Amino acid sequence: VSRKSALRPRYLIVHAILVYAFLFLPIVVLVVFSFNRARSGTDWTGFSTKWYPKLIHNPEVLAAFRNTLKVAFTATIVATIIGTLAAFALTRFKFRGRSAYSTLVFISLVMPEVVMGISLLVLFQRIAHIRAGLETVILAHITFCIAFVVIVVRARLSRFDNSLIEAANDLGATPVQAFFRIVLPLAAPGIIAGALLAFTISLDDVVITYFTSGPGSTTLPLYIFGELHFGVSPSINALSTFVLLFSLILLTIGGLYSLRSARRGTGAIDATTLG
Amino acid sequence: LSVTEAEPRTESHSEPQPRPAKRRRMPDWLAGNLLLLPTSIWFFFLMIIPIAIIVAYSLGQRSIYDPVRFSWGHLVWSNYSKALNPDFLPIFIRSIVYAGVATFLCVLLGFPLAYWIARFSGRYRTVLIVLVIIPFLTSYLIRMYAWQFILQPNGLLNSALGNLGLGSNHQFLNTHFAVILGLTYGFLPFMVLPLYASIERMDTSLVEASYDLGHGKASTLFRVTIPTVSPGLVAGILLVFIPAVGDFITPALLGGVKTQMFGTVVADQFESSQNWPLGSAMSILLTGFILIGVFVYLWRVGEEAL
Repeated sequence: VSRKSALRPRYLIVHAILVYAFLFLPIVVLVVFSFNRARSGTDWTGFSTKWYPKLIHNPEVLAAFRNTLKVAFTATIVATIIGTLAAFALTRFKFRGRSAYSTLVFISLVMPEVVMGISLLVLFQRIAHIRAGLETVILAHITFCIAFVVIVVRARLSRFDNSLIEAANDLGATPVQAFFRIVLPLAAPGIIAGALLAFTISLDDVVITYFTSGPGSTTLPLYIFGELHFGVSPSINALSTFVLLFSLILLTIGGLYSLRSARRGTGAIDATTLG
Repeated sequence: LSVTEAEPRTESHSEPQPRPAKRRRMPDWLAGNLLLLPTSIWFFFLMIIPIAIIVAYSLGQRSIYDPVRFSWGHLVWSNYSKALNPDFLPIFIRSIVYAGVATFLCVLLGFPLAYWIARFSGRYRTVLIVLVIIPFLTSYLIRMYAWQFILQPNGLLNSALGNLGLGSNHQFLNTHFAVILGLTYGFLPFMVLPLYASIERMDTSLVEASYDLGHGKASTLFRVTIPTVSPGLVAGILLVFIPAVGDFITPALLGGVKTQMFGTVVADQFESSQNWPLGSAMSILLTGFILIGVFVYLWRVGEEAL
């Protein structure tokens, strides 16, 4: 039987090349022009790396970078812990009201960022009377990171083989032992993937940070957003390139880790359990 | 999290003894709710209460001294009609149209790409899918900024067109074109990834069967392939449309007054306009529209589609 599809590979390859070009050309242009000597405009006047040292000597950029890391690390750790607990509850136990929790997670995902940002702004400012600062930004970031952790970890746990736990119990492991030696090592790739996703999303957030930050708690994306009011400039290109590179490094670490754990497969149990 | 009685460990490797399972397990509902306690508390204080406040404020009124005042005895419903009056309704509709067109373009660009990666890309498949994940996980703001850089009046697109003799004074920013382009570009990976996942799982013998039974190419595409991958398609459509309709960054960077979207107008009410009741009513309308849309869609296509 000859396979003639309406979607023939020959045309599809051309389409794919064009879409990849569409996806990457703007990013490439941005990076290339961060090495442009000219102060303004997009005329290429020569290669220069002078915009990068200027970033390092800009105290506002450094402070924003520090804030970004503080927020992303704290938010990721808290969201990963409580999100993982929730994912365990939703996959390993059957009880009434489970779907209500899933709905909550779902609502936090589909709520427009603007609305979430504003509602948190109102909460902090009018009800809780917390001054806008790094703390409010962190609280807000944890709120939107939880759902991503829950979804990623739950996906991993739903493929989990329960007979492994029963086997551990039969072999004399206490539930706590079984949890730390079987469940956690097997769920670890999912937990780490969830944490990395939460970290990346926190790192890039503009809208919710915009509404919940105060003086002194500007993050890097927010700094870029603010600078854009003054139009495009090569130093913003350089800063953007730096942020892109940072995300790319994170992505590579995540990718290598998941590749490694995929290769080890269920071998992970042998190495870590019942030693 | 079950509590077992201490059992002697059998050290010998002789015949396994069948052990009576004498376990006092914590009941599922208790264990489940305990594990969910932190999340529930978090969502209660930082999501439910804030939404409740916004609902309350949408029925309040503003005064000279206060951006919003709410009282049970005096519920002001007119904020909702104000939110959809001729000043704002066109912006609401425009947001829906922009997001709808962008979603359609994402299907048009994303479906053939996902199909090709899943079916024909051979051993480069992982690399190709990573190339879709990279823009998915890089800053949306920076990707929009890249387009601002290209589309600005003295930007690359104008100079490229100028070199081709097509004139270099085109206005791209602050047009429908720019905002829809930005949304399409920004959310395209959200379409490709779920589509890829479901095309990859698809049973190719269905396509063969369809040809054997005398269906043509187009008929097979629309009556076999697309229905089979509809879970991925539905997920992709939701993942693109939902964030696009409430987007705030793209109209800020690529648009202007003529191309305002609803998210911008909502934010305005809490900032320059200082009309919190109106802004709250708009927030509720936007969120409600999205939630109703999602639930109707899920109800129509079945919940397993998510």
